[in-house]
Amino acid sequence: MTDQEKRLRIARRAAQELRDGFYVNLGIGIPTLVADHVPAGMEVILQSENGMLGVGPYPVEGTEDPDLINAGKETVTEIPGTAYCSSADSFAIIRGGHINLSILGAMEVDEKGNLANWMVPGKVVKGMGGAMDLVAGARRVIVAMEHTTRKGEAKILPRCTLPLTGCGVVDTIMTEMAVLEVTPEGLVLREIAPDITVEDVRKATAAKLIVREPVKTMTV
Amino acid sequence: MNKVFQSAREAVADIRPGQKVMLGGFGLCGIPENLIRALVASGVKGLHTISNNMGIDGAGMGLMLEAGMIASHVGSYVGENKLLETLVIEGKLDLTLMPQGTLAECIRAGGAGIPAFFTPAGAGTIVAEGKETREFGGKMYILERALTADFALVKAWKADRLGNLVYRKSSRNFNPMMATAAKITIAEVEHLVEPGEIDPDHVVTPGIFVHRIVVGEYFEKRIERRTVRPASSGAPAGVTK
Repeated sequence: MTDQEKRLRIARRAAQELRDGFYVNLGIGIPTLVADHVPAGMEVILQSENGMLGVGPYPVEGTEDPDLINAGKETVTEIPGTAYCSSADSFAIIRGGHINLSILGAMEVDEKGNLANWMVPGKVVKGMGGAMDLVAGARRVIVAMEHTTRKGEAKILPRCTLPLTGCGVVDTIMTEMAVLEVTPEGLVLREIAPDITVEDVRKATAAKLIVREPVKTMTV
Repeated sequence: MNKVFQSAREAVADIRPGQKVMLGGFGLCGIPENLIRALVASGVKGLHTISNNMGIDGAGMGLMLEAGMIASHVGSYVGENKLLETLVIEGKLDLTLMPQGTLAECIRAGGAGIPAFFTPAGAGTIVAEGKETREFGGKMYILERALTADFALVKAWKADRLGNLVYRKSSRNFNPMMATAAKITIAEVEHLVEPGEIDPDHVVTPGIFVHRIVVGEYFEKRIERRTVRPASSGAPAGVTK
């Protein structure tokens, strides 16, 4: 499977969690791709933490507007019904629990639902941006990421080693291999991809997996 | 009452070394670029800045950084600036990073007379270190203190002579809160109109918060990430239906 195929599979699976009327915040990377896979007939409003509710597609070449960007600083467009607000109101939306779903990437996730995605000690600190507010405030947090690092190292760990973005904030992890749910007992393997065995998932996961057979096959 | 200054240079002339300055904008969107250029030209040093980002190399606050004007900075994301990295590593610039929503709320609180507040963002992370924490309803919260400044440099689309401001699209971002949180707020605008020409229902920042108004001489409005789709494409990124 190529990287692109993995990314698309994860995005398509995450898109299945969308519901009509949801207000959703998508992080940079794989989560952004989720916008391309909103099920037909469903109205989902995308929020961008720089103060935009109702983010539309990228502009047609030549119509870019420097005053109209998303939180990834990319040029975007409005949809009919877009609303703008200040950053303070935007984070009132986020922190106040008004966002149904936040989908974001991760460097590490652990059994307790701890998330690390902003800082690697010894490397240049770029800043956390809005990630800490998002995971603290969104009603549901899905981590959409590749199951392991490029080098094949586990990213799903018994305990995060990197500085945390949030403590006990992740609800679900979606990768190209599996869907895992964070529960008080630990990580429950909910679904596996059709081309993957439970053993494959175990090998690629450093955290302990709770497996209750039969495990559902992921629709990809 | 006359709040209108004839040039950005005059509007920033009394900003002194060691003062705290807030600058609006998210990335390069909605930054007071004319005021930044005027500040760089003024040669003032040792400023303590508060802004979500730090421009990029060669644009926005990146110009202030290159001019060696910034002694310390409070922001939430500074990943687009190589020079900043070097200055922080060499200990020449004191950098404080905080969650973006916390930054926004600290400024809002500063302008609203709220000295501190509890937020869940960053609870259980290094952001909470050294700060008072408290549990409310089974969830942990951190006590964060308000931010204020000597000057706020904001960018709006339109102002009337009384300083009532209207913003345009996502260039609003941090500007409205910053306009409330400084002793002197300087608004850089694209259009200046007479009182009464802005529908009172459309005013976002009421004029009481704005002390100086400058019509920007030149707006570069550089785009940081130009993402487009071909005119014929089917399912572009970001589609919501």
